Amino acid sequence: MAAHLCYGRVNLNILREAARKDLREFLDKCAGSKAIVWDEYLTGPFGLIAQYSLLKEHEVEKMFTLKAGRLPPADVKNIIFFVRPRLELMDIIAENVMSEDKMQSPREFNILFVPRRSMLCEQRLKEQGVLGSFTNIDEYILDLIPYDGDLLSMECESAFRECYLENDQTSLYHTAKGLMTIQALYGTIPQIFGKGECARHVANMMLRMKREFAGSQTQILPVFDTLLLLDRNVDLLTPLATQLTYEGLIDEIYGITNGYVKLPPEKFAQKKQGEGGKDLPTEPKKLQLNSAEELYAEIRDKNFNAVGAALSKKAKIISAAFEERHNAKTVGEIKQFVSQLPHMQAARSSLANHTSIAELIKDITSNVLPTRLLPPLASETFFDNLTVEQEFMTGVDTDKVNTYIEDCIAQKDPLIKILRLVCMQSVCNNGLKQKVLDYYKREILQTYGYEYILTLNNLEKTGLLKPQTTTRNNYPTIRKTLKLWMEDANEQNPNDISYVYSGYAPLSVRLTQVLARPGWRSIEEVLKMLPGPHFEERQPLPTGLHKKRQQGENRTTLVFFLGGVTYAEIAALRFLSQMEEGGTEYIIATTKLINGTSWIKSLMDKPEVNI
Amino acid sequence: MAFVTATWNPLGEAFYRKTEVYEMGWRLSSGLRDCLVAAAPYGGPIALLKEPQRRSPSARPQLEIYSSSGCSMASFVWKSGVVKHLGWTVSDDLLCIQEDGTVLIYDLFGNFKRHFSMGNEVVQNQVLEAKVFHSPYGTGIAIITGAFRFTLATNIDDLKLRRLPEVPGLQGPPTCWAVLTQDRQSKVLLASGLDLFILDNTACSAVTPPGLSPQVCSIVQMCVSFSYKYLALFTDSGHVWMGSANLKEKLSEVETKVKTPPKQMVWCRRPKSHQPSVVMMWERHLLVAGECKETIQYHLDEESVLVPELDGVRIISSTHHELLQEVPAACEEIFKIASMAPGALLLEAHKEYEKESQKADEYLREIKEQSLLGEAVRQCVEAAGHEHDIETQKILLRAASFGKCFLSNFPAEYFVIMCRDLRVLNAVRSYTVGIPLTHTQYKQMTCQVLIDRLVYRKLYPLAIEICRYLKTPEYQGVSRVLKHWACCKVQQKEESDEAIARAVSVKLAEAAGISYSEIASKAYECGRTELAIKLLEFEPRSGEQVPLLLKMKRSQLALSKAIESGDTDLVYTVVTYLKNEMNRGDFFMTLRNQPVALSLYRQFCKHQEQDTIKDLFNQDDDHQELGSFYVKASYKEKRLEARLSLLQSAVDEYNKAKNEFAAKATDEEMRLLRFQRRLEEEKGEQLLGLSLQDTLRVLLSVGLNKPAEQLYKDFRVPDKRYWWLKITALADKEDWDELEKFAKSKKSPIGYLPFVEVCVKKHNKSEAKKYISRVTPEQKVKAHLAVGDLEGAAEAAIERRSEAEISMVLSRCLSTTDRGLVDRLNRARSTTAKK
Repeated sequence: MAAHLCYGRVNLNILREAARKDLREFLDKCAGSKAIVWDEYLTGPFGLIAQYSLLKEHEVEKMFTLKAGRLPPADVKNIIFFVRPRLELMDIIAENVMSEDKMQSPREFNILFVPRRSMLCEQRLKEQGVLGSFTNIDEYILDLIPYDGDLLSMECESAFRECYLENDQTSLYHTAKGLMTIQALYGTIPQIFGKGECARHVANMMLRMKREFAGSQTQILPVFDTLLLLDRNVDLLTPLATQLTYEGLIDEIYGITNGYVKLPPEKFAQKKQGEGGKDLPTEPKKLQLNSAEELYAEIRDKNFNAVGAALSKKAKIISAAFEERHNAKTVGEIKQFVSQLPHMQAARSSLANHTSIAELIKDITSNVLPTRLLPPLASETFFDNLTVEQEFMTGVDTDKVNTYIEDCIAQKDPLIKILRLVCMQSVCNNGLKQKVLDYYKREILQTYGYEYILTLNNLEKTGLLKPQTTTRNNYPTIRKTLKLWMEDANEQNPNDISYVYSGYAPLSVRLTQVLARPGWRSIEEVLKMLPGPHFEERQPLPTGLHKKRQQGENRTTLVFFLGGVTYAEIAALRFLSQMEEGGTEYIIATTKLINGTSWIKSLMDKPEVNI
Repeated sequence: MAFVTATWNPLGEAFYRKTEVYEMGWRLSSGLRDCLVAAAPYGGPIALLKEPQRRSPSARPQLEIYSSSGCSMASFVWKSGVVKHLGWTVSDDLLCIQEDGTVLIYDLFGNFKRHFSMGNEVVQNQVLEAKVFHSPYGTGIAIITGAFRFTLATNIDDLKLRRLPEVPGLQGPPTCWAVLTQDRQSKVLLASGLDLFILDNTACSAVTPPGLSPQVCSIVQMCVSFSYKYLALFTDSGHVWMGSANLKEKLSEVETKVKTPPKQMVWCRRPKSHQPSVVMMWERHLLVAGECKETIQYHLDEESVLVPELDGVRIISSTHHELLQEVPAACEEIFKIASMAPGALLLEAHKEYEKESQKADEYLREIKEQSLLGEAVRQCVEAAGHEHDIETQKILLRAASFGKCFLSNFPAEYFVIMCRDLRVLNAVRSYTVGIPLTHTQYKQMTCQVLIDRLVYRKLYPLAIEICRYLKTPEYQGVSRVLKHWACCKVQQKEESDEAIARAVSVKLAEAAGISYSEIASKAYECGRTELAIKLLEFEPRSGEQVPLLLKMKRSQLALSKAIESGDTDLVYTVVTYLKNEMNRGDFFMTLRNQPVALSLYRQFCKHQEQDTIKDLFNQDDDHQELGSFYVKASYKEKRLEARLSLLQSAVDEYNKAKNEFAAKATDEEMRLLRFQRRLEEEKGEQLLGLSLQDTLRVLLSVGLNKPAEQLYKDFRVPDKRYWWLKITALADKEDWDELEKFAKSKKSPIGYLPFVEVCVKKHNKSEAKKYISRVTPEQKVKAHLAVGDLEGAAEAAIERRSEAEISMVLSRCLSTTDRGLVDRLNRARSTTAKK
């Protein structure tokens, strides 16, 4: 079921199994039939750990969503609340418990806090007078969730907002705890590098926790050689740019949540042509996207322009495989063919799905439209938008008001699109001239409404939008030193990470790449221009646990993005892992998988208009 | 060596041996007479309560505590009430059960720890007799009162008193009784004459032992084995009945020919016993009775006490301390006279080897021929474990080691572990320590518990030595001992805080996993707050420091420690505590110095206490945030006036924050709102709350051009945007004439491509075409393409000689229908490319 987690350099299934074991143990603690009341936010992340079948095996008979009022009836012995430790949720639970009909057969109440118990919440329950009603109060430590064979996510949407806007470092504490769990399972990570305030904070907590646990941990041969902690605000530019890998585009256009994407159904209906399928499906098509699907693993990280070729190549291979049946003469050959059939059929349906998705994306992104009848609206918009992004990234006219943005505002294009572009211009210009900034802000407020003044304030607080304070713009220096812009990006057969944005090499990944070789000492100057401290820590290993590296064996680095990472960045890191002369393989961890849209959205504050 | 069997006595098939453990170090003037004695199992300490010599009302008894070797550990005058019974807990605490049912607990060194009562009934009727017993749940106490009722507590650390049901027809005290642990429950077995009863929580049931001889009139003494599995009854006819404790099975019945009830009767068994037995003691007479008819009799020189153990009975007198036990099988095999067991032969072989005699080889051959050498080594090792005499141990181990040389695949651990165990055992058996554990007992109690016992005795160096020797993981071994040491150290009143803190930190510095907060807790309990704080400084786990610091009312320190830990929940906990403890001003000041706590508290307030957050911003003069606060608040207001007044506050705050832009934008918003309301009143259009852009759009779409113009001017809307708005609105209305008029009114600031686009959007290509001629050359191709005019687009592209544009047009051409056009474009492209 989770085989795709085992095949990578590091077997992340160990982590998943550990999480499942804890879950089973808790469920067994509450003897008898159970109903789970879910904090809705948790269902997605939990789906990555355990399906309903596991819960069912442990006598979970009903599932509800946590909401105010009375609990729905269910003839079970236990009610278990799966919740995040939040005060507002405690009030709902208290209401649930108090409105329970005492006359009915008594149900036992239990709480499972995810990822950690909170004294504050328990205090709140006590104040509400219901703390005594709970048989079990426990915590389910779920910090890092295995997302794919080389990817861990905390699925914590608000991490960036909390850290950089609200100065609430709770998620960093969970990060540090999660990294301690990783070290308990995969051994102490001997080297820690980091860049940024949050990275520093996490490293400090880790070192402190290490001291706290001194003497009590089991000794395991380290799996990871290096941990690199990166603050998202070290590289604000990358998530703002439109991702151009296949997976990145799916996320940009349709949004991937907890490993699933919902797609418009029309394209998928054609499959049943023969049945005269008149009734078009109206429900969006839901697909799971991970490396368990062979074809997807192959094409997900390609530049979208290279996906078509890959798909047609695959199509040929599959039809050739089906043709094989004509060659099968003997019983043995036929038997062998039949045994491969399920696999081939799965491959064929996977191919059909991705061909449909690729068509959907192409309609939106392609500069070249297939028919002459449609006005060139969607694709042209996409292309124009991309052109402006690339102008900014290459430093063209970043210091004056951009006409394209102006036009987009005038036509009231989606606000987030505008914000992404304006922020990008600001980042690429190391802040905007006060006049330019005020002009944009005024345009936005007049067009989209005054209430967005709060959002603009937030963007300014996080540094995504800022007035120029010095006349010196150091972005060009950074761009040149780190080679962030590559004129001749090869999309089909990439030789550099810049292919993921068709020219732009993500800054965060460049930092990772330079760290591996030749080392950060070579870019000391640039590191100083980026926000926050950069540092290196060593965690001493007891003798005997030092890894004896085989000739040619790769190093393994865990890269942790504090505040989110994009699919394109992941693709770039996977590209580095696969480079033959790279010498380093990367496992990626993050607080949340983001794209420019979801990221900006998390920073928006929109009061409900009451008038 | 020849004398090993000198102390052996046969009992049926087995042998029993009585060996001296210690010569007692104590000097008791009148022996053990007139003393209450309690000796703890597993070679534990001995407590004596001596009645005073002179019987005067002022005379007080003396309570003394000794080690098993008779070394004094404590001695003090007993000043409390009359003690009926003494007993030891599993953690080496002394229980003194008084006549009134009060139980006083002392530690090994006679320090009073606590006391509790066994209930009102006991107070009223007084304690007739009491027994202390041990079970998997801890140490328990059973009491029979003057009213012949039983009260039971299974675990004194989690005191739950149970009053057992009445025994029907019980007029006087039972002749004897004992506590049983069966089915995870503690029960009382009592005899009244010939009747036997079992009392449990709910019921009293009569029972009869199977096969009790008929001439019995009364059961006068009983005892239960160490494991609660066996029961022995002594009858007035002088018979001992032995059987299982559940009274389902009889093992044997032996006649002792003594009719007086024994002073003490205990089981003497060992795991895998051949011949389990019961030991009975009268004044000067000891009798061992097993399943067979014969008995072993010993004469006692002085008053003694029997202490039952897991694998034997210890006999303590005022001069000696002996161990009586069945000879373990391995020892018997090896040392029995004329034994031909492999172990015996190996021992012999080794002896000859030492003498350099060739007989060694003969013996060895004999064993090897039967392929019993492994067994021989095993026997020698096992026997060594059961011997107390160090020389004997050595001889046996040497023999084993000798035998091992001739074996290729004998696992070394067995031998090594035994050597290690013996080294530990010999160390704790030494006279000065005085814990005479047997190997069987040691394995049962585990090394962990032994370390605990040493710690209770404050034998810290020895405990650490043993931990290091056994390579116990630090946090279970050395660190734990050191923690106890430190807890003890902080109670030393004569030393200064600094000295103790220094001593503790020096000693504990290297040890891993020490919980300083526990030590600090201890110091705080002893009233040494300053010391506790000093010690907490060493605690690496900030999380652990916080609760204690709060308890000690060091809330400021607690707050900084909580922040240090990074655990935000902990910070919240302290903040909530501070909020309740302090007045608001001080609370805010404290937060002000701790930015992390402050931002967390702000988060809390944002969800829970809106008003507080305003106060917080006010205190910090954070006008920017105050401005935003008012803006947010304004959206909650339903009435426009209230909203405007909040926005006015926001303007003021933004001005104070020198945020000119925000102040101006807010001011504009207020103007817009007023304008919208006026217009709503005048024209009846729903406008309130719309953005300026949307307001304009609504106005333009309904033809209210004048107010729109006014807004456009008042709010200085850029021309470009206004033009966009205007043409979109006109196209939406499909007011093509007006659009054309507008296009001609003045030069468009946005060019004419948008005109084309808005028309196309409304599917009106003919209107769109009107504007193509005015589109700038750069955008001409796009414009032609927008209306679907490929020819025109091709024309424009070729004219501009732009390769990109030619390609763009080409991509729109279909090779079938636009043949000629494609050729032309291709030609043009190649000429452009050449240039």
